[in-house]
Amino acid sequence: MHVLEVKLVSKRFADQERPAVDAVSFRVEPGEIFGLLGPSGCGKTTTLRIIAGFERPDGGIVAIRERNVTGLPPEKRKVGFVFQDYALFPHLTVLKNVMFAMRSVASAQREQYARGILCMVGLTDLDDRMPDELSGGQQQRVALARALAARPQLLLMDEPFSNLDAGLRDATRREVRLLLKAQGLNAILVTHDQEEALSFCDRLAVMNHGHLEQVGTPEEVYHHPGTPFVAQFLGRANLLSGNATGDSAKTELGDIAIRPHAHGPVLLSLRPEHLSLMATEKPEGAAEIVAREFRGHDVTYRVHYGGRAYLAHTEYTHSFFPGQSVRLVPREPAVVLRTVEAHAADGGREQ
Amino acid sequence: MADSAALPMTASSARRTTPPWYLLVAPSAVGLAMVLPLLYLVVRAAEADPAQLASVVMHARNLLLLRNTLLLTVGVVAVTTAMALPLAWLVVRTDVPGRRLLTLLSVLPLSVPGYVMAFALLGLGGNYGLMARVFGLAVPRPSGYWGALAALSLYCFPYVFLNVRASLTGLDASLEESARSMGCRPRQVVLRVILPHLRPALFSGWLIVAIYVLGDFGAIALMRYEVFSYAIYTQYSGAFDRVYAAWLSLMLLALALIPVLLEGRLLNRARFARTGTGVARRTQRVTLGGWRVPALACVTLLFVASIGLPFGMLGYWLSQYPPWGELPRVAQAFLFSAGAAAPAALVAVCLAVPIAYLRVRYPSAMSRAAERIIYVGYALPPLALALAMVFFSLRAARPLYQSLPLLVAAYVISFLALAMGPIRAALLQAPRRLEEAARSLGLSPVAAFARTVVPLLRRGMLASMVLVFVIAMKELPITLLLAPTGYTTLSVAVFSRTSEALLAEAAPYAAAIVLFSSLFVGLLLRYEGRGG
Repeated sequence: MHVLEVKLVSKRFADQERPAVDAVSFRVEPGEIFGLLGPSGCGKTTTLRIIAGFERPDGGIVAIRERNVTGLPPEKRKVGFVFQDYALFPHLTVLKNVMFAMRSVASAQREQYARGILCMVGLTDLDDRMPDELSGGQQQRVALARALAARPQLLLMDEPFSNLDAGLRDATRREVRLLLKAQGLNAILVTHDQEEALSFCDRLAVMNHGHLEQVGTPEEVYHHPGTPFVAQFLGRANLLSGNATGDSAKTELGDIAIRPHAHGPVLLSLRPEHLSLMATEKPEGAAEIVAREFRGHDVTYRVHYGGRAYLAHTEYTHSFFPGQSVRLVPREPAVVLRTVEAHAADGGREQ
Repeated sequence: MADSAALPMTASSARRTTPPWYLLVAPSAVGLAMVLPLLYLVVRAAEADPAQLASVVMHARNLLLLRNTLLLTVGVVAVTTAMALPLAWLVVRTDVPGRRLLTLLSVLPLSVPGYVMAFALLGLGGNYGLMARVFGLAVPRPSGYWGALAALSLYCFPYVFLNVRASLTGLDASLEESARSMGCRPRQVVLRVILPHLRPALFSGWLIVAIYVLGDFGAIALMRYEVFSYAIYTQYSGAFDRVYAAWLSLMLLALALIPVLLEGRLLNRARFARTGTGVARRTQRVTLGGWRVPALACVTLLFVASIGLPFGMLGYWLSQYPPWGELPRVAQAFLFSAGAAAPAALVAVCLAVPIAYLRVRYPSAMSRAAERIIYVGYALPPLALALAMVFFSLRAARPLYQSLPLLVAAYVISFLALAMGPIRAALLQAPRRLEEAARSLGLSPVAAFARTVVPLLRRGMLASMVLVFVIAMKELPITLLLAPTGYTTLSVAVFSRTSEALLAEAAPYAAAIVLFSSLFVGLLLRYEGRGG
């Protein structure tokens, strides 16, 4: 049984030409933390609001535990929502915020239950504070506790960590993930931060211009990006076009290994860490280092070759300097993205 | 909360949803309650037979009325601007001493309604007037154009002052500084930066003043200056020519609605009173230096006229003719006034909340229209509205004729716009996500509204209620025409006694109004002091 099924959901706002969400379909499995990742304006928040019932889709179906909820108002869906700015009720104390809606708990036990949940999210002794007396991290926990107190079937989180400062963000993310896993809660996280999506989610969907580009585990979408957009959005990528014949393809970098098998014109993605540099004495026909970024554990080089730029990561043991001649050597097979014709057709549709 | 940038986004996402039906009840009710009586006004006017019609419509007197009405409106707008503009500049942009007190004194005349101002002016001159009795000076009784101009200007200038002051306070000092750095001299800065910035505030101030002058009845009737509303009243009460009265009302209505229909948005932004956040930022204040004494002298002169005159006059009458025997009847009149004003305030707030909610949460052409209806109600000349209500109740709803509910309904139509301001401001502080959070926690739309938005609206609702209550307490023309027989409110008592030259007898009633209204001005100042 799926926890959530979204089927061909579309939504176009009256004042916009292009649909904000365009025939999006995906499923969330039990116990899973699912991510919706994409740049701002890609439709991920709208998708989340459609699941919550705040927006009505123009077409498609939203089903929670195999029950069609497309026409249900938000209060009938048993879906928790954590807002980006938390939306705590400013006129209520922390405890009253958490106790706001606990229909499933007998009224005599509500206060104790709320305290328990506050304790669970790591907040004690703050029960009587007003929301404006809390730090950002504390507000975030209250928002989470409030959503959990209603015992939702599914927890939706809209950029919940983006208002926290960097140091706090990592720790909070880790704790929230542990908590969700310990409670066996299903959650959907919306974020524009690829690192957050990769580390937080069990599976994720990458969205762009209202439609899903790819769904998969973090490893799948990172190592086997399906489209140029996914390749470039999840970390840096060198895009090459070439002509494939089975396991290899002829490209600007020469004959390189590819995966999976392909024939004909292809678009390839090669991550910077899959590209290594070899020193060479012969400047003619070689690549040239144009910039160097030291990043502690590794070094990123910008390399000019054949009239275009490539990125390569090397370990700290190698040291090259701008102006030096090098050879570019792929260490891993390049990933075949959607074929050139398909990409062109897709590009045409997007405009 | 950090994410204020997300607000417009959620506001725009509201654009696409249609509001639930029950939100449309309030604006529909207001629209119906307004349009129906006006239809009866038209029906009544159309009853004229052709010969009568020609004589009524082509009456040469109409032109005179039009001329007088326009002259008075333009005159009051000009005089109030001449008073309010320098005063606002002095209070906001200079180091004049006692700015807080000056601000209070500039707003205080709002507690002296036009007909009380006229009462005070009338008591000044004539053989038995204050000047003759105390100073032995023979001063003619002010009347006609100049009397009406003085009374209305002294009452109305705070409206212009409030709008200009708010705009001046909000003027970014860096705009002026950058103009100076680009080589503008101070006078050029005034002409090229400050005045253009003040234009919308001036327009909305003028619009309120124009609406007030067109609709005023008390001051012009006491000064016997022949404008439309005076003619309507004499036709209605004296000559009993109802058809002519209906025609005159329609003409006045057309006159009053022209500016509103042309530019309704101005009223939207306009300030009717001191509500909202208005904490002056620390801008560079102009040092008055040697100009301090003349400036203070001018200001003192202004306040002597606008506050000293009515308060002094009331004090004089009350000391000459102690009102102790009259007090029970004053108390009765006060209760009558409050008995009509309190339900009006309550109903106005109950209607303003759904309409403001509709406007803020479901912005669309329809909700804009709903709001526009309310501002049209505010611009309706009260006498024309009251007359329409009379015709309507006589023809279609006889039991309502001269009943308290009809009086309250007319108050509500006339003053609903005042209730909108504070409620709308408070509503904008309650983001949509609070309700969404409550909905996702399992609350119905109505329960979510009641438990998340209403607590945040309380102060705005209170401010709206006080505003409508106090304005309705002072109301004269609607009360005069619609109050049940024997229902003598404070305003009616002041008017009827003053129009029969019984100034001493009118004084206790006028004093009650002024005292009560001053209290309200103080209340509003405190409300603003706490950050609106």
